[in-house]
Amino acid sequence: MTYTEITSFALIIVVLVDIFVFKTSMLTTRGFWASYAIVLPFQLLTNWWLTSNEIVIYSPGAIIGLRVAGAPIEDLLFGFAMMVGFVSYWVFRNERRAAIASELR
Amino acid sequence: MAGSWWLEWAFRLRVLRRIRFTLLTILPISAFFVLWDWIAIRSGHWDFDDSQTLGVKLAFGLPLEEYLFFIIIPLAIILTYEGVTRLKPKWRDRHPEGRAE
Repeated sequence: MTYTEITSFALIIVVLVDIFVFKTSMLTTRGFWASYAIVLPFQLLTNWWLTSNEIVIYSPGAIIGLRVAGAPIEDLLFGFAMMVGFVSYWVFRNERRAAIASELR
Repeated sequence: MAGSWWLEWAFRLRVLRRIRFTLLTILPISAFFVLWDWIAIRSGHWDFDDSQTLGVKLAFGLPLEEYLFFIIIPLAIILTYEGVTRLKPKWRDRHPEGRAE
């Protein structure tokens, strides 16, 4: 598999888990998208720094070759998947804890 | 992290104060992404410049920095989300049918 394929594959898994396992549907909330809009510029800045100093290097054969702020477009998928994954599980655990707390009350 | 830690105090988010709960949220998801990272590196998709890392390698041969990345970035993500939804509580609402309100 190429880097393009494994990032796409894992992104799909994360979104399916968000919808069907944690049942948080983060992609339908404004809070998620607003947070992503804040986080994205920082990711671009970090990507640019990591690639321009060649701290991370990519195999030309593993990526489609489209680059944003120095880094392959695949890294933006990776960042987006991280955003969905962490926010989804965070919301899931907070809601579960709140539900347990209200049951005990 | 430096860009988002102040959110904890400014908005009284109780994310860092509940650090055990927060870390237990981060770790399982991070494990998934570390695995994914490891597969990509092992497949030769990308790699680190060893001369520009501290040189401390942990499990799966990944540098210490990569593990710190998977703790610090999630903390920044969660603090940002909590900051945004503290300001706009309604933005937590889900709209599974695609309706705006």
